[in-house]
Amino acid sequence: MAVRVQAQPFDYGAECAAFANAATGAGAVVTFCGIVRDNDGSLLGMDIEHYPGMTERALADIEEQACARWSLSDALIVHRHGPLAPGEMIMMVATASRHRAGAFAAAEFLMDYLKSRAPFWKKERTAKGTSWVAARDADEEALKRW
Amino acid sequence: MTVTVLYFAWLRERIGLPRETLETNAATVADLIAELRTREDRYALAFSDLAAVRVALDQELSEFDAPLAGVREVAFFPPMTGG
Repeated sequence: MAVRVQAQPFDYGAECAAFANAATGAGAVVTFCGIVRDNDGSLLGMDIEHYPGMTERALADIEEQACARWSLSDALIVHRHGPLAPGEMIMMVATASRHRAGAFAAAEFLMDYLKSRAPFWKKERTAKGTSWVAARDADEEALKRW
Repeated sequence: MTVTVLYFAWLRERIGLPRETLETNAATVADLIAELRTREDRYALAFSDLAAVRVALDQELSEFDAPLAGVREVAFFPPMTGG
């Protein structure tokens, strides 16, 4: 299990390959990455602020819960902070388990939890100025299914 | 007691600093917020809508009625937007 919080970009393909190659004994690996989305062509970039220390603890805690609940053999969370351009990858998760159902469910659980329980805050930059991205009720609501 | 108080995102911007060290006798998070509000307008503005504020005590998410005894680090921030 690993958690990495970093300013620099990550190589998604290389991360996925390394994770899958190390997942000996697992029958399934699920990977997901989140990308900076430009909804209407006006986004210049995004700045991601975080709470060093608490971020790593919160992510490790979420990962431990997922590993225990779905008997994962391995899990990885990589999350960037700092300035990002539209189209750049923000974060990724990877899960490995004996069967695909557990790997898919655990990846969704990790995503739902890190959306609203990991201390990151996104600020969007457009030509008109900057604005903090508001938390969505739907993200909070999504936690109830777990 | 002495606590380090951290502010993130728009709370940091409204208050104008990322962290400060305070002497306080506040018994709970709510008491500390009440103290901060009386300090200056920028604090009153930052804490005007508590529905939009979350708190962590020693890096664990907590509640406004939580006691501060033994706590060294208090962080205030808006709802999180990771992922």
